Amino acid sequence: MHLAYPAVLAVLLFSVGVYGVLARRNVVLVLMSVELMLNAVNLNLVAFDVWLRDTLHAGQALTLFTITVAAAEIGLGLAIVLLVYRTRRTAAVDLVTALGDRHEADVPADAAEEKEQAAA
Amino acid sequence: MSALLAAAGSLEPAARSYLSPTGQEIVFLLVGALVLGAAVVSVTTRRLVHAALWLVVALGGLAVEFLLLTAEFVAWVQVLVYLGSVVVLVLFGLMLTRAPIGSSPDADSGNRPAALAVGVASAATLVTLVVDAFRSSWIDLSGPVGTTRLTGEFLFSHWVLPFEALSVLLLAALVGAIVLSRTKGDRTKPRPGNLRTALTKTKER
Repeated sequence: MHLAYPAVLAVLLFSVGVYGVLARRNVVLVLMSVELMLNAVNLNLVAFDVWLRDTLHAGQALTLFTITVAAAEIGLGLAIVLLVYRTRRTAAVDLVTALGDRHEADVPADAAEEKEQAAA
Repeated sequence: MSALLAAAGSLEPAARSYLSPTGQEIVFLLVGALVLGAAVVSVTTRRLVHAALWLVVALGGLAVEFLLLTAEFVAWVQVLVYLGSVVVLVLFGLMLTRAPIGSSPDADSGNRPAALAVGVASAATLVTLVVDAFRSSWIDLSGPVGTTRLTGEFLFSHWVLPFEALSVLLLAALVGAIVLSRTKGDRTKPRPGNLRTALTKTKER
C-alpha cells in the first residue's frame, strides 16, 4: 500500500479536528474534535509502524497508550465540563471567561476616569 | 554502475503505481473518504447529538483502516474503547449539559471563518509536505505483521513499564473524576425539585 494514503488521511482528519476545536462553542463538541485529532495521530502511528517494520512495534504500542490516555482525558474532561455546567449553567466555551483578560470595551468608563483623577 | 542501477530498478515491482491500485488500496480510499466525510459532518452539523453519532461513523471507519494496516488488536481496542465508552461518555455529557435535541443555531462560535482559514491552511501545508516526503514510499503488508499474538508478545516483553505506569495514570484519572464530580459533603439533603415540591403541595392540600 502507498504510504501517502494513510498519511494524507491522517493530515486531513487532523485539520478537521483543528477546525472543530476552533469553531465549536459547546465544550463537549470541542472534546469530540480533540478526539478526532488524537485519532489522526493514531492512524499515523499505525501506518508508520507497519512501514518501518519496527521489531519493538513502538507505533502500535504507542497507539494503545494514546487510546488509553484519550479515554482518561475524556473522562476527566467531562467531569470538569459537568462541574462548570453545575456552577455556571452553561456549556459554551466563550461564556466561561472568569480567568480571561477583560476586553477593552468591557472596562467601565468610570474606572478609567477615577484613575485619571487619582493621577492628577 | 549501469548494471547496478538496472538491478536496483528491477527490484521495484511494476505493479507499484498510483495508476494501478491494489484491492487493499481501493478499500482504504473508500473507507477513508467515508471517515473524512463523517468527520466533516461531525464538526459542522448544528444538531449536537447527530455530531456524536457521526463521530461513531468516523471512529468505526478508522478501526477498519487499522485492520487494513494489519493492526488487528489496535482495531478492536479502538472499537471497544472509542465506540464503546468514549462516545457513550460524550453522549452522557451532551445530555447532562442539557444539549438541545433539535437544531441549535449557536453551535458554532463567532470565529468560524478564522477557524476555517486555519484548518484549510494547516491541511494545505501538511498535505503538500506529506505528499512530497512520502511520494515513493510503499508499505509492505505481507506476512504476519500485527497479529494479536505478536501484539501481546511485544507489549509484555518490551513495554511492561509504560503499561504499568498507564494503569497508575488511569487510576489517578478515576480518582480525579470522582473528586471533581462529587458534591459538597455538607449539603446532604437534596434540594427539592419540581416533583418534590408538587408532592408536598398536594400533601398540604
